[in-house]
Amino acid sequence: MSAAHDHHHGPAKGISRWLFTTNHKDIGSMYLWFSFAMFLLGGTFALVIRAELFQPGLQFVDPLFFNQMTTMHGLIMVFGAVMPAFVGMANWMIPLMIGAPDMALPRMNNWSFWILPFAFAMMVSTLFMEGGGPNFGWTFYAPLSTTYGPPSTTFFIFAVHILGASSIMGAINVIATILNMRAPGMTLMKMPLFVWTWLITAYLLIAVMPVLAGVVTMMLFDIHFGTAFFDAAGGGDPVLFQHLFWFFGHPEVYIMILPAFGIVSAIIPTFARKRLFGYDSMVYATASIAFLSFIVWAHHMFTVGMPLAGQLFFMYATMLIAVPTGVKVFNWVATMFRGSMTFETPMLFAIAFVVLFTIGGFTGVMLAITPVDFQYHDTYFVVAHFHYVLVPGAVFSLMAATYYWLPKWTGYMYDENLGKLHFWLSFVGVNLLFFPQHFLGLAGMPRRIPDYALQFADFNWISSVGGFLFGFSQLILLFVVIKCIRGGKKATAQVWEGAQGLEWTVASPAPYHTFETPPDPALIKAQ
Amino acid sequence: MLSKAKLWLGLALSTLMFWSAGLHAAWELNMPRGVTQMSRDTYGLHMTIFWWVVAIGVVVFGVMLWSIIHHRKSKGAKPATFHESTKVEIVWTLIPFAILILMAIPATRVLTDAYDTTGSELDIQITGYQWRWEYTYMRENMDDEEVSFFSTLSTSREEISNDIEKSENYLLDVDRPLVIPTDTRVRFLMTSADVLHAWWVPDFAIKKDTIPGFINETWVVVEEPGVYRGQCAELCGMDHGFMPIVVHALPPEEYQAWYADQQAAAAEIRELANAELSMEDAMAQGEQIYTQNCVACHQAGGVGMPPVFPALAGSAKATGDRVVTMDTLVNGVDGTAMAAYGRQLNPIQLAAIITYVRNAFGNDTGDLVQPTEVNAYIQEGQ
Repeated sequence: MSAAHDHHHGPAKGISRWLFTTNHKDIGSMYLWFSFAMFLLGGTFALVIRAELFQPGLQFVDPLFFNQMTTMHGLIMVFGAVMPAFVGMANWMIPLMIGAPDMALPRMNNWSFWILPFAFAMMVSTLFMEGGGPNFGWTFYAPLSTTYGPPSTTFFIFAVHILGASSIMGAINVIATILNMRAPGMTLMKMPLFVWTWLITAYLLIAVMPVLAGVVTMMLFDIHFGTAFFDAAGGGDPVLFQHLFWFFGHPEVYIMILPAFGIVSAIIPTFARKRLFGYDSMVYATASIAFLSFIVWAHHMFTVGMPLAGQLFFMYATMLIAVPTGVKVFNWVATMFRGSMTFETPMLFAIAFVVLFTIGGFTGVMLAITPVDFQYHDTYFVVAHFHYVLVPGAVFSLMAATYYWLPKWTGYMYDENLGKLHFWLSFVGVNLLFFPQHFLGLAGMPRRIPDYALQFADFNWISSVGGFLFGFSQLILLFVVIKCIRGGKKATAQVWEGAQGLEWTVASPAPYHTFETPPDPALIKAQ
Repeated sequence: MLSKAKLWLGLALSTLMFWSAGLHAAWELNMPRGVTQMSRDTYGLHMTIFWWVVAIGVVVFGVMLWSIIHHRKSKGAKPATFHESTKVEIVWTLIPFAILILMAIPATRVLTDAYDTTGSELDIQITGYQWRWEYTYMRENMDDEEVSFFSTLSTSREEISNDIEKSENYLLDVDRPLVIPTDTRVRFLMTSADVLHAWWVPDFAIKKDTIPGFINETWVVVEEPGVYRGQCAELCGMDHGFMPIVVHALPPEEYQAWYADQQAAAAEIRELANAELSMEDAMAQGEQIYTQNCVACHQAGGVGMPPVFPALAGSAKATGDRVVTMDTLVNGVDGTAMAAYGRQLNPIQLAAIITYVRNAFGNDTGDLVQPTEVNAYIQEGQ
């Protein structure tokens, strides 16, 4: 009895705390550290790309290695940095937000984290194998990735299987937690939007990760077992690969942005000191976006030669996404309107998110117009578009969330001056990096090329300068976080004057175990 | 501070496009208007949707900026308490919806037009290879001499490796451009011999994937004679960045003359293939072909990039039975990047390159392979 009692007071000591932990906060922290490490690794690969593209000609790497860098950069950032970071946020914050003592399935939680480092160790190790790592882009279109892929492709496939399993387990856990473990009084329409967006994201994950697993398994069979799913010579179809990949891939991009919407919907009301405008419409808009994400996949494939009716359907459906996305942006602006705003680091990142994500949304609407997409497709315009929604979009939301909840996690306030410095360097860097890429794409520069014609030289060097500025600025974040963990001004439970929600009713730092008894229902207010 | 950032973005979005006309090409900001009706329609759609999003951006970012300036705590702003309005939500759902319908109508028209591949006056098959294009002109009757050739990057390796100064059309020059007549409805039939590629010329507003085992169609009517350049737009392996497209659009009469020349040249090559090739000629021509077609993978000195691209120096396939060397060159190697050169090179060139790899890089077989022998081998295979 006394041993069990001790166990419930604090973490185990040493390495076993982390290996065997079933505590949502520990697992959340591990997810966040892991994703930050992957962010730096994927960022390093990106800097290799930007260094090579600084000037025309081949300077640093050969074209084959360049292709491995673009491929690994994409895979690491999508599957290793952004997705696990959101899972880390979910682990830390969902139980605190809904008044639950932990995640519903704590042992599976441990397992879904710990298989990730092995998946990525395997994936990165392909770079050191004979023939190099995957070099066919993060979209790994067949037959470049099957008949023409390097020998290491098999390891890549296995790594995708493992990280897919991890994502599915994480998603099941989120759904089970939200549907079963809400405190009395926490009705669905009182849940913070971060919880709502993650609930919907988790369903998307469960729907599409098996499709990804299926498509890489078909590749495996084409490579090793004589099938011809994607080989026309054997009766297959290379375009089938793209349909399957993007049926996963398009919901996947919403998997990376919906939780960001939730984060921003928490931060803007806090620092505007005003309730979120249109909570209900935010929930419905999120659900609409999730639904639409399943019927727009072929807008990534407008140039494959689909029939006209197919082209028109996917164009119209894609354009529709602008409507619920617009509702969200308008709601955020309406929340800020006539608020009482202050501009701490989380708010700066959140505002930058709204502006820059919206720019990414604008180019998204442009890309939806099929005949014009023929010009944009596979150029740097597309690179600019999806980096605007992913970097100052998803990644900025993660940084905003980190600053926002860091005092709750550590019990100390972070260094506000350094936080603002980090924001401004990131903001300038990211725009220098990606804005000129719009021009490059419109002027005709294809993506995924290691060398380019002379008319693209000027915007490329500007983009590279921005890339290095943005990349090295992230070391400030690392420094701020470590500094905050080691000490600083004590944080109160409330932390932010305008913050609402159950997570602010527990002490800072949040005790190892929270909500062992349900919170007072009077604390649960409408959002 | 933040307002400055906002201003910068607004400015960047709304004014940069104005400058494009007067600037040097290196600072090109916008899509080309191009030289076809389709490219002008596309440009028009692009600018329409661009101005719509700029307008929406000005309103949305304007309200944000206003709030950031005026509704800040440091200025004593007290937060309002409103937090929902079904009316407002309906309004800002319907307005974007209406704008999208306005956009969808012309987009549908242009797209339908782009898909109408009927009524072509000239058909050309485009085949993507790692990493070159093949252009085959469809004949009106099968007894005509066939005009078909490969188009390969002609920028030198020294320019790419920064050893010499880069030429004006760096990476955008080919040995043999595609030639088409102006004011003529040309239909392109696109396919691939290996992986996916995409044939793209921005001035025509055409981008279409070439897919092995399938044929895609598109069409063009070029209105102005000129030289138009583009690049492969779908990642196709190592030298994806090094397979440009160059199209010469000639007035119809000049095109007819060019086409007749090509037919005569094709007939001549068939004749020459019966003649004897000297060792010296074979080695000289072989080296040239090697530099153009082989060096990207097999590298200078034939050292290769094992295990993906095997070495030729001392390799069994290059120094053993000459039939094996011939088979490798003519038919390629299945499941690898080694393409079948039987169609890409003529029998004289094939004889030269086979002779070259059997005698260069220290492969001293002393063999001289004749075009007639290669021809016989190809005939046998068929």
